[in-house]
Amino acid sequence: MGPAQGRIEEIFVAGSKNAEGGAGLDPMHQFEVHPIVELPQIGGVDVSFTNASLWMALAVGSISLLMIAASRPTNLVPGRLQLLGEMAYSFVANMIKENIGTEGMKFFPFIFTLFMFILFCNMLGMLPYSYTVTSHLIVTFALAATVFMLVTLVGFFRHGIGFLKLFVPSGIPVVLLPLLVVIEVISYLTRPVSLSVRLFGNMMAGHTMLKIFGGFVVGLGSAGLVPLAIAPFALMVAFTGLELLIAGLQAYVFTILTCIYLNEAIHMDH
Amino acid sequence: MEAEAAKYIGAGIACIALAGAGISIGTIFGNFLAGALRNPSAAQSQFPNLLLGFALAEATGLFGLIIALILLFVV
Repeated sequence: MGPAQGRIEEIFVAGSKNAEGGAGLDPMHQFEVHPIVELPQIGGVDVSFTNASLWMALAVGSISLLMIAASRPTNLVPGRLQLLGEMAYSFVANMIKENIGTEGMKFFPFIFTLFMFILFCNMLGMLPYSYTVTSHLIVTFALAATVFMLVTLVGFFRHGIGFLKLFVPSGIPVVLLPLLVVIEVISYLTRPVSLSVRLFGNMMAGHTMLKIFGGFVVGLGSAGLVPLAIAPFALMVAFTGLELLIAGLQAYVFTILTCIYLNEAIHMDH
Repeated sequence: MEAEAAKYIGAGIACIALAGAGISIGTIFGNFLAGALRNPSAAQSQFPNLLLGFALAEATGLFGLIIALILLFVV
């Protein structure tokens, strides 16, 4: 560790001591999981109620509240809440119909849950002092692995061993086949990785960037350079808008890729 | 070279992946705009494909980020 590195760390430590709670300038502090209610270990597994559990529960709770409130008084002319619920429903339903067809509506509950959970986790993570559940690779990987297993199982249940034809592109010279089959298999197996890393990377990188710019504002402000701090502050406002867009977009992308994978497994049009 | 220094250099090199992501995102949005201006009525129906291409292109850049993070915090 060189002297420059040491100095940077000194500045960071000094900055984080200035800010309240010591969490000011460390951009990675927001991702820390800490237990809120300590529980005894069960079979060597720590089952404490952490801030991650809290925000997941909040996401599920707010989705349930929204959907229950939206569907209780169903009027022909919808109110605001009912409109919101109907928009969410028709958005996902249209996505499924366009990508899989009407057969895909069997998977509507799963895909709707996936979309709403990711969307709400992303959006709740945009609240100040909140915690972004989807900025942890294990969470997104669990979601992606579920999708991957579902797609594989659906493929094998519908087509039996013929599902393996998915890896053999049609209309290809026989000489190229061994190479292409290997590539297809690898690209199939990397799906859960790319699906999870996309969501995780976007969320983590975005929130880190917000915190770094927040650190600039605090650092310049506490150094007495308040007029200079306006520039990173304005950038932060713009980035917050961008992050809101990305939060919605990544939920959409995750869901539409799920639809596309499911469509491949159901229809096998390669 | 110290292993510590090599780690930081490697993490920096891994960020070159962002160049590819930048080029590909630019290509996708540029080509979408070019196509959309030629035939605006077809543009709306291709919007999901645009977002999909954007997400797929962006993922490659993020893989570089993951390599950088692994080098910095895991290795």
